[in-house]
Amino acid sequence: MHLIPDRGFQHPVPSEITPRDLALNRRQWLAAAGATAVALPAAAQTARPGRLAPLPGARSSVPGASTVEKLTAYADASTYNNFYEFGTDKADPARNAHTLKTRPWTVAVEGAVAKPGRFDIDTLLKLAPMEERIYRLRCVEGWSMVIPWVGWSLSELIRRVEPTGNAKFVQFVTLADRAQMPGLRSSVLDWPYVEALRLDEAMHPLTLLAFGMYGEVLPNQNGAPLRLVVPWKYGFKSGKSLVAIRFVERQPKTSWERAAPEEYGFYSNVNPRVDHPRWTQATERRIGEDGGLFAKRRPTLMFNGYEPQVGQLYAGMDLKKFF
Amino acid sequence: MAAAPAVQRLLLHPLAKPAVFLLALAPFGALLHGAVTNTLGANPAEALIRGTGDWTLRFLCLVLAVTPLRQALGVPALARFRRLLGLFAFFYGVVHFLCYAWLDMGLDIALIVPDIARRNFILVGTAALLLMLPLALTSFNRAIRTLGAARWQALHRAVYAVAVLALLHFFWMRAGKNDFAEVAVYAALVAVLLGWRLWHRLRRPARG
Repeated sequence: MHLIPDRGFQHPVPSEITPRDLALNRRQWLAAAGATAVALPAAAQTARPGRLAPLPGARSSVPGASTVEKLTAYADASTYNNFYEFGTDKADPARNAHTLKTRPWTVAVEGAVAKPGRFDIDTLLKLAPMEERIYRLRCVEGWSMVIPWVGWSLSELIRRVEPTGNAKFVQFVTLADRAQMPGLRSSVLDWPYVEALRLDEAMHPLTLLAFGMYGEVLPNQNGAPLRLVVPWKYGFKSGKSLVAIRFVERQPKTSWERAAPEEYGFYSNVNPRVDHPRWTQATERRIGEDGGLFAKRRPTLMFNGYEPQVGQLYAGMDLKKFF
Repeated sequence: MAAAPAVQRLLLHPLAKPAVFLLALAPFGALLHGAVTNTLGANPAEALIRGTGDWTLRFLCLVLAVTPLRQALGVPALARFRRLLGLFAFFYGVVHFLCYAWLDMGLDIALIVPDIARRNFILVGTAALLLMLPLALTSFNRAIRTLGAARWQALHRAVYAVAVLALLHFFWMRAGKNDFAEVAVYAALVAVLLGWRLWHRLRRPARG
């Protein structure tokens, strides 16, 4: 039994109908609200830790660029780092990286490009509008963080230097200066640290050239003054403190491939189904997870959860073979 | 050696053993305190697993150093501490395993067993711990009498194998990151301590 008898369609009283121009106005209002959100600096989203110079970034419109997961504490993200140039212990970079001089700094962009050149860091900072990108970071060692980076898509730079037809891969070279980096005395890796991407990977809008994090410039231990961030690959693919970006025809050998080819592949996409010989990649420990010491490990996501955005880059590839 | 009698007297003091016991427990206390107050850094689980592993290796080196030091320095009283140090090596090894099984694996046997089988360095570490178990279980005086001194000693020589397996465990763990600096330190220590025994054996082949 219906409490309200159905009388068919009830015509509204004409006075209750919203006038057409007012209804359209609502759209304008929504658009304006949206524009405000876009224009808001990063500080509105991420509380600045107040340690370093501010570097705000606008909210990014790149799909997948703004996860809503709980951010990793700045104290954790800036004291638990793999940056072997400053020591192999994860507490070493925060202790030792104060010797890194980030000014003056230039990045050589060279190789198979029509417009090679040396870019000053201050030129790069103004090359494209800064965006805030909140990315998951998955380390090959089985831990993960969520970090609000500030930077712009690497493709902005690549387009400007005009790669030639011979440019198939992009190589990223980290600074190797014994005077500034005590870790270079160890022979853990061949210095300088070299990483590389396929050109289409480097051109993907999620591939970020980062200059800051948490609304401030990068701390030295996190790869100041500029670093790469490739969120769907294990962290070591994202070279820090870059001094050269090279466009090459042949797939370059990366530092970790040279050190242990059976353990670190060129692609190193986050993949829970391909284990590292020394540890499982099926799960990860989220740093600062609620529940602390006894928090359960999370299942690791294919391409670190960026499969909808980057999966097509690897269509038809055997990811067990090209790990 | 002039200092030897004084050291000898100190080591025979009734409070010497309780003092060494408390000292040996101090790293555990520090790790526990760090865990409770959340001062072990960004990844406390990793800090606990690594910390307890480090201390297992350190106590293995300490217990292996007792006999060479006792003879080299002429302080027989050092032998009083061998069992205590050996049991602490076992204790830290057990805590190390429990930290891994609990913090990394959530105490899930269905995860732990295949993980041990799949990962060589964990397999070797588990073997070292299991090999320490019979030594810990026969560490009391009556076990020595029951087994007979010769058989007991033969059994307890397994500690040499434990040290080598523990080193291999550490080496393979660090091999993933190509970082052997710390491994080299422990390897050198164990090499000296086992080498000293081999040298003695070769010099005096008559002794059992």
